Amino acid sequence: MTVNREALGGETGLAGGAQAPSAGPEAPSAKKNRVRKSTPWGEIALFTGPALVVFSTFVILPVVLAGYVSFYHWDGGGDLGKFIGFENYSNVLKDSVFISSMKNNAFIVVMSLLIQGPLALGVALLMNRKLRFRAAFRTMIFVPYVVAEVIAGAMWRLILDQRGVLNTALLQLGVFDKPADAIGWLSDQKLVMWTMMFVLTWKYVGLAIILFLAGLQGVPDEVLEAAAIDGASWWQVQRRITIPLLGPTIRVWMFLSIIGSIQLFDMARLLTNNGAPFDSAYTMAMFVIDRAVRMRQYGYATAAAIVLFVISLTAALLFMRFVMRRDNEGEGGVA
Amino acid sequence: MANMRRYGVFAAVAASSALLLAACSSGGDDDKSPAASGGATGSDKAPVTITWWHNATADPALGFWQTVADEFEALNPHVTVKVEGIQNEDLQRTRIPVALQSGEAPDLFQQWGGGEMVAQVADGYLKDLTGLVDDDVARLGGSVAPWQVDGKTYGLPYQFGPEGIWYRPSLFEQAGIDGTPETLSELSDAVQKLKDAGIEPIAVGAASGWPAAHWWYNFALQSCPSDVMQAANSTLDFTDECFVTAGEKLAEFIATEPFNTGFAATSAQEGATSSAGLVANGNAAMELMGQWNVSVMTGLVDDPDALLADLSWFPFPSIDGAKGDPTAMLGGGDGFSCYVDAPDECVDLLKYITSDDVLSRFAAEVGGIPSAPAAQGAVTDPNLKVIAEYMGKSNYLQLWLDTSYGPTVGGQMNDAIIQLFAGSAAPADIPAAMIAAAESL
Repeated sequence: MTVNREALGGETGLAGGAQAPSAGPEAPSAKKNRVRKSTPWGEIALFTGPALVVFSTFVILPVVLAGYVSFYHWDGGGDLGKFIGFENYSNVLKDSVFISSMKNNAFIVVMSLLIQGPLALGVALLMNRKLRFRAAFRTMIFVPYVVAEVIAGAMWRLILDQRGVLNTALLQLGVFDKPADAIGWLSDQKLVMWTMMFVLTWKYVGLAIILFLAGLQGVPDEVLEAAAIDGASWWQVQRRITIPLLGPTIRVWMFLSIIGSIQLFDMARLLTNNGAPFDSAYTMAMFVIDRAVRMRQYGYATAAAIVLFVISLTAALLFMRFVMRRDNEGEGGVA
Repeated sequence: MANMRRYGVFAAVAASSALLLAACSSGGDDDKSPAASGGATGSDKAPVTITWWHNATADPALGFWQTVADEFEALNPHVTVKVEGIQNEDLQRTRIPVALQSGEAPDLFQQWGGGEMVAQVADGYLKDLTGLVDDDVARLGGSVAPWQVDGKTYGLPYQFGPEGIWYRPSLFEQAGIDGTPETLSELSDAVQKLKDAGIEPIAVGAASGWPAAHWWYNFALQSCPSDVMQAANSTLDFTDECFVTAGEKLAEFIATEPFNTGFAATSAQEGATSSAGLVANGNAAMELMGQWNVSVMTGLVDDPDALLADLSWFPFPSIDGAKGDPTAMLGGGDGFSCYVDAPDECVDLLKYITSDDVLSRFAAEVGGIPSAPAAQGAVTDPNLKVIAEYMGKSNYLQLWLDTSYGPTVGGQMNDAIIQLFAGSAAPADIPAAMIAAAESL
């Protein structure tokens, strides 16, 4: 980082000291002379070229093509058909199924933050001390995150089904008398989203814990010691020192969690059998796939995909702008 | 980054980037050019390679199609047949549409008929078989109709069968039900008796969508005169009052709670807790399903023979006082179409596959009801024999409504029916959704 800053300063012909006080007067002039030489465009092209080609072909181009297709009434076969302007978009935003799936995604975004955040923070704080078998605990907590999404979805479906493992066990314990009275973890419209939140928490809380534990390593022992000497209790230390210093890590985790929740597809599709019961666990990504592949409304589905893309992008940019601003300032301020 | 990547994957499929597809499927050219030149010169039969995609991924069907391909190669030494079995939904929803769109399609491929095929014909993807297979069309009879558009033939079916209600006679006996229900009110009585005996009456895989939708299809078929149903296949006119009546009757039936607990989240065919699994394992008494259900159910139990000894079938009950033909049946089948650029040998292979001899062996070795009436004598399964008999007596055979109306209208129809099951849509909302979807085409 330091080298970069000096390089920038050098390039604009300003003294490093004047631009960035932190660099100080000790910046060696020999270094400045070296970086003032011409920019190595050849090397830049050589190293970034392949990545740029792949990125453009498989990311930029499909996004642009999708934007193009979304203005057509395309059924997935033959030519693109009729140009209909923004009709697909206005229909998508009026589609009650899409709106309810948007609400489901919003529920998942909010609940993931509210449930997983405090839970992971608590566990991370508890585990951030000398413990017997600490490595084993960490591994166990992280295992669900490593399990493939489809496997996790299929496994929990077997457990939570109407006649699944859990209800069968409860039946044998005498909690209910007959299978028909069993709890519809996945078939009760009021319960299914909470069941999904449970499975999502099981699956993703490990990532949050590992991230927070890594963040906790960066909290300097000196500060904690100083606080302890000043007579701060464990709670006070956590609340006033550890958690504030963990801020950047928490915000990064929130960012990942929000984007992941908006995009939720594979595990939810298997767990809830494509949004059952009666679409009450339907997500926006399921809507896109279903309209395109099952109903052959490719133009319409692509418009929904663009809406999903814009929602993700807006959420990401807003979060970056307002929540993570301080975290990004390090580089942004100088450049 | 993750969002961009995943989005990119979808967009690559949705936008069907010509660039990517051309790069991915360049292999086909070499296979086809000799065929084209062979057809042009007509001399000493230049070698031809035919690619054939079907939906059988397990024996006996998988091995049977390979045997048929080998036999055809032996009869036509200049032909090489490359056979590939692909899972049904992948084949129908992804592989074939993408292959057709890319212009590098297999020569012979699975064809379900109906509205989807009409769209393929409109896009110019299918070889017009009219004039090439007239004898076969006459021999196969009425079951060819879903593979025809405006009097022209674009494919031939190898099997065709109607659906009905599969049930467990032992559970009927346990509940004190004599015989099988012939009318809706008798079905309701049977449901009540089963509930009284503590048995889940009817399993339905509503989470998969279509199994629940098929209940409405049958109510529509019993509520609507055959000529209305017949006309709707091509006009997509659903304004007749009978389409609303069908939903009203079905809503009344749903209100009696005849379906398995948690049916809204039940899948159709996957595992012991699916609707087929519930019936196969004796946890529910009945299921409305097509002729393939025997093979699905036997795959979900440890002892298929015990199941087969206690599994029977009856046609969908008629509705008292309704306008439909009581013998009308809903069904569907499987066939194959040739790609528009396929060599003539593709048609020869299709004719061979649908010959009486091959289909007789198909009936005996694979199971299912062959499309050729002459081959139906080879059916061995007792339930399939009964089904074939009822099909012979039926005055009107209607293709699955979602297949017939095509994916867009069919998809909206199925979703609206699911909402009726959920209690969040009125009977009139179903034809309304279908009419709106038909107008958007």
